[in-house]
Amino acid sequence: MFRQASRLLSRSVAAASSKSATSRAFSTELPSTIDSTFVEAWKKVAPNMDPPQTPSSFMKARPSTASSIPTKLTVNFVLPYASELSGKEVDMVIIPATTGQMGVLPGHVPTIAELKPGIMSVHEGTDVKKYFVSSGFAFLHANSVADIIAIEAVPLENIDPSQVQKGLAEFTQKLASAATDLEKAEAQIGVEVHSAINAALSG
Amino acid sequence: MASNAAVPFWRAAGMTYITYSNICANLVRNCLKEPFKAESINREKVHFSLSKWADGKAQKPVLRSDQPEV
Repeated sequence: MFRQASRLLSRSVAAASSKSATSRAFSTELPSTIDSTFVEAWKKVAPNMDPPQTPSSFMKARPSTASSIPTKLTVNFVLPYASELSGKEVDMVIIPATTGQMGVLPGHVPTIAELKPGIMSVHEGTDVKKYFVSSGFAFLHANSVADIIAIEAVPLENIDPSQVQKGLAEFTQKLASAATDLEKAEAQIGVEVHSAINAALSG
Repeated sequence: MASNAAVPFWRAAGMTYITYSNICANLVRNCLKEPFKAESINREKVHFSLSKWADGKAQKPVLRSDQPEV
């Protein structure tokens, strides 16, 4: 029985490797079905055991890349402790990338952008929702799905302006008196974050 | 290809991205209004005990906790 197993398994491995010898498809374009050849071979060898699950069987299939530009952008906005937006269809998001405010429309070129402290706005029809994002990343995929991850994202109304002014003054002073490189860097970060919040509140 | 553009100032000072990102997040949390500030600080509390092992025995544990001492 086990001699058969190695033959069956090596046959399915050979089939898989010949597929990978040709050009690879993007993960968004592969069909999300389980490999039936493997499942059949498994059932022949171990009919009483369930075939092993792969991580992709637990995930929902990704929307595939459409041939024409979709009308809506699907946004997944997550924080470590909560999922702010999950699969929400919107018209546009503006993200605070390190290279400047970036407007993302459906059909945007696939990009990975590092975010700086700033305002992220989600535009849906006439609705605009703004969050102040502390830092994070935005992954824009070819299939008009945007995955935005941040550590802290707060609506602007939840920010206390007096605390911001206090913080800005404190860190500007720390920057002037900083000694080591690390202290300077920390003070610089403080100044940048507080200035960004200030600009966000007044802008 | 030439190496990437100028490193960010925090990287140049020896800080990692995670440290930078956590500092930014903490600063933002500090600027919140109550009760959001209390909620967020509560959410970020940690409690863990770490012990290095040597010769198959655990050494003295290092406790890091935001819980008040009982």
